This record gives sequence, C-alpha cells and structure tokens, in this order.
Amino acid sequence: MAKRFSIRQQTGFTAIAAACFVLLYVPIAVLVAYAFNESTSVSEWGGFSLRWFAAAWNNDQVIDASLRSLKIASSAAVIATIAATMAALATTRTRAYRGLTFKYAFINQPLMVPEIVTGVALLIFFAQIKIATGYSGLGYLIAAHTAFCIPFAYLPIRARLENMDLTLERAAADLYATPWKAFRRVTLPLLWPGIIAGLMLAFVISLDDVVITEFVKSGGQDTLPTYMLGQIRRGITPEVNAISTVFLLLSVVIVTLFFFLSRKRD
Amino acid sequence: MATAAEIEKQAEAREVRNRWFLSAPALIIILLAASGPLLIVLLYSFLTPGPYGDVVWKFSTEGWVSVFLERDIFDDTLSFAGAHLTIFWRSLKLAIMATVATLIFGFPTAYFIATRPERTRDIWLFLITIPFWTNLLIRTFAVLQVIRNEGIINTALINLGIIDQPIQMLYTDFAIMVGMVYVYLPLMVLPLYASMEKLDFRLVEAGYDLYATRWQVLKRIIFPMVRPGVIAGSILVFIPAIGAYVTPSVLGGGKNMMFANLIELQFGQGRNWPLGAALSITVMAIVMVALLVYVRNTSGSEARHG
Repeated sequence: MAKRFSIRQQTGFTAIAAACFVLLYVPIAVLVAYAFNESTSVSEWGGFSLRWFAAAWNNDQVIDASLRSLKIASSAAVIATIAATMAALATTRTRAYRGLTFKYAFINQPLMVPEIVTGVALLIFFAQIKIATGYSGLGYLIAAHTAFCIPFAYLPIRARLENMDLTLERAAADLYATPWKAFRRVTLPLLWPGIIAGLMLAFVISLDDVVITEFVKSGGQDTLPTYMLGQIRRGITPEVNAISTVFLLLSVVIVTLFFFLSRKRD
Repeated sequence: MATAAEIEKQAEAREVRNRWFLSAPALIIILLAASGPLLIVLLYSFLTPGPYGDVVWKFSTEGWVSVFLERDIFDDTLSFAGAHLTIFWRSLKLAIMATVATLIFGFPTAYFIATRPERTRDIWLFLITIPFWTNLLIRTFAVLQVIRNEGIINTALINLGIIDQPIQMLYTDFAIMVGMVYVYLPLMVLPLYASMEKLDFRLVEAGYDLYATRWQVLKRIIFPMVRPGVIAGSILVFIPAIGAYVTPSVLGGGKNMMFANLIELQFGQGRNWPLGAALSITVMAIVMVALLVYVRNTSGSEARHG
C-alpha cells in the first residue's frame, strides 16, 4: 500500500527545513572548531589545543573590552528593565486612554529606526553634549544602550502583565492593603518571571550591539564586539574564534535560561 | 464610610496620575537617547560641513544635493553622483534579494515547525531562536570563515577535484547577500511560524476533498491565510537589511559598500556630516515607506477577515 496521504505534507518542505537547520549551525560549528586549532593558520587543522583561549585571556585589550561590555550591559539592562517595568504597569490592564497608542509607538520606536541612523544621531547629539559638559565617560554608551534595550525588556513584562489576574489585586485592596503593599506583595511576585526575562533579553541585546556602540564610543572605549570587529577587519587569527566561542557560550546559556523561564508561563 | 463607588473613583484618579508618572522614565530615556537626536540629524542635514568634521552653523542644501548629485570641482556643474547611485542600487537590490531568499528558505522551515507534534515543536523553535539571540557579528564572522578562499567550501571543492582555483566568494555582493540571509533568517521564520501555528487544517482538508493539488492548496489556501506573517517577516528582514552595517563591512570588504558604510564614511574620512545626515534621513524615509506598506496591508487584511 502507498504511504498514507498526509494533508499537512508539502513536497520538498521538509528537505528545505532540514537544510536550513544544518546551514544555520554549520558555520557556527566551524568557527568553534577552529578556536581549538593548534595551528596559527585559520585554514589548516594542526591538532587540538587551547592556546588561543590562553592568548585571549592574556590579552589585556580583550579583558578590558570584556569588562567594559559587562559593565555597560549590566547597567543598561538594570535601568532599562526598571523603566520598562514601570512603563508596562502604566500601559497594561487599563482601558484605552488618550496617549496610550502614542506610548506604545514611542517605546517601540528604537526598533523601527535602523541602527545606523540612531548611531549617527547619537554621535551628533553626544558630540554637542561632550563639548558643553566636558564629560566623556561611559555614561553616553550606557544611556544609548538603555534606550534601545527598553523595548526588548518591555515585551516579556507586558506579556506577563496582560495574562495576569486582576482579581488578586482587588482582593488585596479589599483586605485593606495600601496600593504599594498590594503591588509589593501581590503584583510584583507574580510579575517576577517577566521581569527576569526582560532583564536577560536586555542584557543580551546590549552585549551584542556593534553599530550604535561603534558610533557613540570615544577613543579607548571599545566593547568586546567593537574590538572584535576591528580585529576581523585587520585580518583573522584563531584568537577571535576563541573569543567568539566564549561569547557564544555565554549567549546560549542566557537564551536557554530565558527560553525555559518564558515557557513556564503556559 | 467610603462607598464602593467612591473607592472605585479614587482608584481611577490614582491610576490617571500613576500612568504618566510610571511611564515617564522610559519615555524620557528614549526621547533623550533615541528619538530626540533624530530631529538633530534632520537639522544637521541642512548645515555646512566644518573643515575637520562636525558642522558650521550656516544654512545649506548642499548636503541634500550631494546625496544624488556631485559638483564638478573645476566648473561647478552638477552631474549624477554615480558612486552614490551604485551604492543605493546595491543596498536596495541586496535588501530585496535577501528578503526574498529568507522567505524562500524560511517559509518551508516555519511550516515544518508548525506541523510538528506539540511536544517537539518547542525544540525546533528553540533551534531557530538560539542563532537569533547570538551575536550578529559572530555569526557574520562564521560565514566569513566558511566562504573564504581557504574556507571549507573552497577546500572541499578543491579536494574533490571539482575546481583547482578557489572561487572568490568573499568581498563580493554575493557574500553580503549570503551573510544577510544567514543572519536574518530567524527574523523571517519566527513571525511566519506565529501565523502558521494557528493554521486551520480543516480548510486544507476541504481543499483536498475538492481535488486540489498540493501546490493549489499551498497557493490558494495556506498562503492567503499566513499572509500577515509573510508581510511581518519581510518587513523584519528588510528594515535591518537596508541599513546593514556589520555584514557589508565584514563580508563586502572596502569596495562593496552599502548605505550604512557610505554614511559612516561621511562621519570619518569624508568629513561631510551634513551629507551623512542627509543620507541617514534617506534610509529612514525608505524604512518609513516600508512600514507604511506594512500597516496598510495588515489593517486591510484584518478588515477582510473581520
């Protein structure tokens, strides 16, 4: 008998999907494999070695850039998540009010504008402020990262709030809880997974940024991605592969955590 | 003693106060470090370039004129800026080609995920999500290593005796397109999947009952139903593709510039900030047009189904 006819089947779709999954992971696998290559050349396999990880670890510029990246990403993620949580509380679980659509559009605005345009805009704007105030620290990078992290942090927090049961807060109010107490003891614990998810998203997004950082940074303020971009443009050594491998590992861990955190909701 | 109505009223007044107070930090940060500065770009595009970068505060339309035209340095006549037009054309062409290619690969992939059993679906989705959240620069770098002259593709082809000279793929338009398809594929698959997840297969079954072929079912039943996902995915790919900076600078080398590289040049060696500002506004305008098309299309389809 012929194979059972499946209405869900489409000719060739499974093959293309399989090709996509393989092609998505092959380049990453090659990149990681060459990080463990003994040879200096990135084209020949010279045996297994951790020398490039050691080289990266002993490279002050790499360590500097990594620490700077972590500093910016953690500051930006925390500030963005706090601002996004507040904004989400003000834009969900309420009847439509004047200005609500405006707020949605405004909060999501950084997602609509190409990064290059935001980068240029901040370069111009911050150049003026630098002249006016004389300050040229990491504050500019943290401000820029916070702004484009807000819409990402906002997404899971808003989703969580929208699925939340309003009656619990009403019950707290009925039992004479002050609004603040009701928020702290009822809303916040329920909202927590959304806030953590938002925080992690914002952290990853900030850590990954190249374009806006490239335009906003002053001299000597390389983050890990902008440092790597410079190295790749200059020609490649397996050291960049080693850095990429560690970076990838970190992202995968965060994304996996995020994935399971947001799954739990269902 | 306060009545229930009074309590309700107080709560409402508090809510009105709270909703602006609570959203203020987010709105102010975005205003200062994202939206507001865009207006300054518009202003700068109408100023005169300073000798060492920055601008001189004198009104000029020269920045906008030089987006499309170039002034002859000897006789001051204007002619089309060939170099710019080549870059615009390349950006538009590559962004559209990348969008179409991600659709061709992404549609079957999303369909495959959406037709898996409930339990395994999450795993496939997770496999698409991981590259989506890993660093774009690293993924571009991974593509570079594969398509290099000494990369695994060329090495494999040479070892198999198919070619004896490596094929130059890196630093070509082709390389940029491959890179963009690779990095933006998840942006196409995720919204497509979201619209296919809810697909009503009873309609597909009805199609087969009425003697439709697989292709007819795909074209006449499935595709119209997932159209919002197709449009959303296309927009999500097209917007970053038209403004792509990392992919062309890593895979295109110095020659094969796109919009973003041309803009960067004006703020670096070019020292023509007004031109760079005008080019930025041009990219924004293209993106806005794309978004308008999106809004009109999606609201139209809702009206039809509603």
